[in-house]
Amino acid sequence: MVNLSRENGFNFLLAAGLLIIPFIAQSMDEPFGITLATRVAVLALAGVGLNLALGSGGLVSFGHAAFFGLGGYVAGILAHHALNYEPIMLSPFEINGTTEMLIIWPLAMLVSGLAALLIGYFSLRTSGVYFIMITLAFAQMIYYFAISWPAYGGEDGLPIYLRNTFPGVNTMDPISFFLIAYVILLLVIALVHVLNNSRFGAALQAARQNDERLSAVGIAPFNIRLVAFVISAMITGLAGALQADLLKFVDPSALSWHMSGEIMIFVILGGVGRLFGPVAGAALFILFESIFGGMTEYWMLFLGAVLLIVVLFARGGLVGFIAGKARHG
Amino acid sequence: MTSALFIEQLLNGLQFGVMLFLMAAGLTLVFGVMGLINLAHGALYMVGAFACATVANATGSFSLGIAASIAAAAAAGAIVEIAVIRRLYTRDHLDQVLATFALILIFSEGTRWIFGSFPLFLDVPELLAGPVMLPGGIQYPLYRLAIILVGGLVAVGLYLLIAKTRLGIRIRAGESDRAMIAALGIDIRFLYTVVFALGAALAGLAGALVGAIQSVEVGMGEPVLILAFVVIVIGGIGSIKGALVGAILVGVVDTMGRFLLPQFFQIFMDNVNANSVGSALATMLIYILMALVLIVKPKGLFPAHG
Repeated sequence: MVNLSRENGFNFLLAAGLLIIPFIAQSMDEPFGITLATRVAVLALAGVGLNLALGSGGLVSFGHAAFFGLGGYVAGILAHHALNYEPIMLSPFEINGTTEMLIIWPLAMLVSGLAALLIGYFSLRTSGVYFIMITLAFAQMIYYFAISWPAYGGEDGLPIYLRNTFPGVNTMDPISFFLIAYVILLLVIALVHVLNNSRFGAALQAARQNDERLSAVGIAPFNIRLVAFVISAMITGLAGALQADLLKFVDPSALSWHMSGEIMIFVILGGVGRLFGPVAGAALFILFESIFGGMTEYWMLFLGAVLLIVVLFARGGLVGFIAGKARHG
Repeated sequence: MTSALFIEQLLNGLQFGVMLFLMAAGLTLVFGVMGLINLAHGALYMVGAFACATVANATGSFSLGIAASIAAAAAAGAIVEIAVIRRLYTRDHLDQVLATFALILIFSEGTRWIFGSFPLFLDVPELLAGPVMLPGGIQYPLYRLAIILVGGLVAVGLYLLIAKTRLGIRIRAGESDRAMIAALGIDIRFLYTVVFALGAALAGLAGALVGAIQSVEVGMGEPVLILAFVVIVIGGIGSIKGALVGAILVGVVDTMGRFLLPQFFQIFMDNVNANSVGSALATMLIYILMALVLIVKPKGLFPAHG
């Protein structure tokens, strides 16, 4: 159990560190540091979503950008209509846009979840390499649709002129917005922890390890996987909505397969299936980007090299490196 | 809509399909024989296009450029196989996806470093420039016709290679039982390098051929790669025949969809709306096709392994 407590200690340090950084940045009058910390929190949330499918369920989804981007577009489109005073639809009843995060988030999760239900219904009938390619292909379909559909900016993307609002909080204040993202991140991680240790989580892990045995005890692996895939997509969709508000902008690149790859990188760099893995991974990614991105335009080259080395030689990621081998295989 | 335009679009679809086949053949071969999913296949396509553009612009000879594209892509493929890919055969698909995704980053940024962000230009060779008159009075670019021909020849050549030659026998044997053919004294590691380089060469050829009608730029391989995935999912992963059928199907459906759907919506909408709805739907058409195929045949049209 030594490793377990060491992992918990590392998780605590990670969570505390992420919370402190924006305040240090503010005291040093470096507001950019707050933005970076917020990006870590938002991207980590996207990774937590994927980690549920990938780590716990063994579902290698290469299409999570679809949910990330859809969440972002929900935030963007609702704000666009609200700020332009244009109803989204008039008949059969009038629906207006909104700038309330508390309405935007559930809708973003709903839309991502529905998309995941549809994509999962097709892609989960297959497995292995088919699943990877099909999730990628469906995400690409939504990406091309977003590019070719002119109503919401098409290729140019959709700006959100004023950050959406949260009751009682000034979301334009960087620290306040960071805290919103941070609290959501911790709440979702807690939720995923509960989920993983529930009967559902046990069934999901069993589905990853042995399909036949799970069927033999009377649980349909397909349904378990589909539910996990949908929940995973909803979390990533929520992250997408936050990202849109952080950047005050959403464009098709949030739906692109590079985004899917990056979300996967957060999970891998941190450690697959680790509760705080995506937080560590996203932090590493942003750290890497801000260090090497400042030095050279071609920093992705070095990212590729590091990723290659991690995959070939350092499986288990940062959390695995610090806390030792995973508890379960 | 005239029938001449219709046939021209059909030929465009065929040309697109043939080009997709060159990509998909390598992907499906590598998956069938080595069980590897290779995202970096699009990078090899880009390597081929850049090699062709560089050599053709330097020497003024398009055929030298094509030769260079095949050689450069095959060499890049062999190097990558020896340095990275062969460590991945025993790994799970997640590791393969990540490592080959890392290779894409390395190839793309490396190419941007060497050649810059501006696209290179590659002209259609003079011999093949200009239109040709087809029976029925249809004018069609000779170069595109040549691509269709090359693709057809490659398909036949690949069939002969796999069905009739010793190398083909070994490839098929490697597909069904790698331990057994290793026990029979075949150097399986070398065989894998050869198969990977062969797939890379085909991708490089496709990149060079397409480079002359589109621009040669970093990232050009990625959209094609994803379409090639759709092709082999439809055709059945591991099946060359499936790759051919799937590629033609995707090429024709995509091209005809972009051509016909806007016209179809014009029947009951005004022109502007019909164009935007039609073209947005057309971009989704092949993915819908893929979903439909998967409902009927979850393992693709020509499942390779039973």
